[in-house]
Amino acid sequence: MDVLITGLLLGGTYALIAMGLNLQYGMARIMNLANGEMLVAGGFAAFWFWTGGSISPLLTIFIVAPIAFVLNWSIYKVFLQPLVKRAKSRGQLEVDSILTTFGLSFVSVGVMLALFGGNYFNYSYLSVPVIIFGDTYGANRVVAFLAAVAICGSLWLWLSFSRAGLSIRAISVAPDSARLVGIDVRRLSALAFALGGAVTATGGALISTFLTLDASTGVVFTLKALVIVIMGGVGEVRGTIAAAVLLGLLETFVATVIDPGLTLAAAYLLFIVVLLFRPQGLFGRRGQ
Amino acid sequence: MRMTEAEWRDLVICLLCLGVAACFPWMVGAYWLSIGVSIAMFTVLSTSWAIFSGPTHFISLATAAFFGVGAYVVGIGIDYLPYYVLLPIAAVLGGLLAFLVGLATLRLSGVYFVIFTLGLAEFLRQMITWVQNISGTKGMYVLTSITEEHIYWQLLALAAGVWFSGWMIGRMRLGFALRIIGDDETVAKHVGINTSRAKVLLFMLPGSVAALAGAIIAPRYVYIEPSIAFTPMLSFQVVIMALLGGTGRLWGPLVGVIPFTLLWEVISISAPNQTTLLLGVSFLVIVYFLPKGFVGLVASIKRHSSIRGAQ
Repeated sequence: MDVLITGLLLGGTYALIAMGLNLQYGMARIMNLANGEMLVAGGFAAFWFWTGGSISPLLTIFIVAPIAFVLNWSIYKVFLQPLVKRAKSRGQLEVDSILTTFGLSFVSVGVMLALFGGNYFNYSYLSVPVIIFGDTYGANRVVAFLAAVAICGSLWLWLSFSRAGLSIRAISVAPDSARLVGIDVRRLSALAFALGGAVTATGGALISTFLTLDASTGVVFTLKALVIVIMGGVGEVRGTIAAAVLLGLLETFVATVIDPGLTLAAAYLLFIVVLLFRPQGLFGRRGQ
Repeated sequence: MRMTEAEWRDLVICLLCLGVAACFPWMVGAYWLSIGVSIAMFTVLSTSWAIFSGPTHFISLATAAFFGVGAYVVGIGIDYLPYYVLLPIAAVLGGLLAFLVGLATLRLSGVYFVIFTLGLAEFLRQMITWVQNISGTKGMYVLTSITEEHIYWQLLALAAGVWFSGWMIGRMRLGFALRIIGDDETVAKHVGINTSRAKVLLFMLPGSVAALAGAIIAPRYVYIEPSIAFTPMLSFQVVIMALLGGTGRLWGPLVGVIPFTLLWEVISISAPNQTTLLLGVSFLVIVYFLPKGFVGLVASIKRHSSIRGAQ
């Protein structure tokens, strides 16, 4: 029971991060390997506001999200759109965007190392116990989970029922045909990319309330988010959420029962199983 | 096998260059020899990387994983077996691991391959750390009488072997198949090439070469632990050096390895925290300014001047 609820709480936050990546990879078609660094930057911002001005991380996300949105919009416009324009095929764009975002990821790690140093950082926010079904959990985890659920839920509603959401889903299914029905693919891809970055940074601010981060942990989160997105099916919102919860449960199980040092190994094992038996993802359609 | 006059000439030039390179340890001091070892190591790793990733466009980040496997073969086996038996074991294990990884991922799109290979080194590191925690051993000592010169010569021989295999593959049916796959995979499938098989077979080359390099380098470390053997940075350095030089020619990676190793050395002495920044900037430079590496740059300058000469 303890493992189940801790895993569920962790999975909720993972869902938020993976949603950010899914918006970027599934909708904007950019495999963003600098995603984890955006998360760490969000965490840094929350840490900075909390220690510097005692501003609650829950309020910080309203500052972090717009900044991350603008930042990712500019990254897309400056670095990625030229690649989209020059790419002759999907494969070419994939290779280019992988190399570019790796570059961006290393650059941002370097910048964060220079700004904040290589130390781990954590802070204590809402670390009071909450009792659920007779077991105690940190209030910060519960709050982060609730916030993640609220954001994921509103994203899902927006994607499912708004006109912009519909257009973005159209891009993710058929980018070439989307243009024929009058969708501005370029503008909406940039929008999806920027939104994905904002969601990830928000996830970082939330996750920093209960996890310890440092400048170079980003890649671990990138890897986890990638595993979740592929497991859930690229471009699938429900699949992403299900896969995130699954990963959260598995990781918590492995950490408590076997060894806490094996969490990434567990995620990786899950990834191998998915690749071998269901490469299109749990909810994905074949032949995309 | 018949060879043309030009090929004989190239062969003689290559042998001469290798001969000069082999004399390197007698010409310089200990510091430059250690840089020579780094250059030889990265030449081996980047060239074998480029033989696979050049034609297939699959970016492998598994170099660190294979390298670590090789280092660990020596670390575990040195107490029981003679050193020169461990080298082929490392090569076989590296090739086998590459075969398994290739089987699981190479039939899928390139993105899956990148992610899978990115995680592989970290996965192995966590597993080995865990096994060591259970069994209570921490690191391992590799105490041998092998000197820096020996390591350098072994790596040089390995580099010659890699160049030779790359040249051979280019002349074989496999190399021909790979060029078609690189141009257009759909076409390759339609003319009856088993694309997955060709890719898996080829991927075993960088796998076993990197493991072999790890095994050769292991005596230099003396003390081996997971975080030393499986440094993720290694995979990225190899990718950058190969792309910087250019993957279109066999000697292309070498052109990237030498300046980048020297630059890396300078940066890590003067500003050790900024090596990640250097990696990042290099990636961006490659994508935006040198998409075909130095080799492509030279080729396009040549083309320009010959067009101008014709006018």
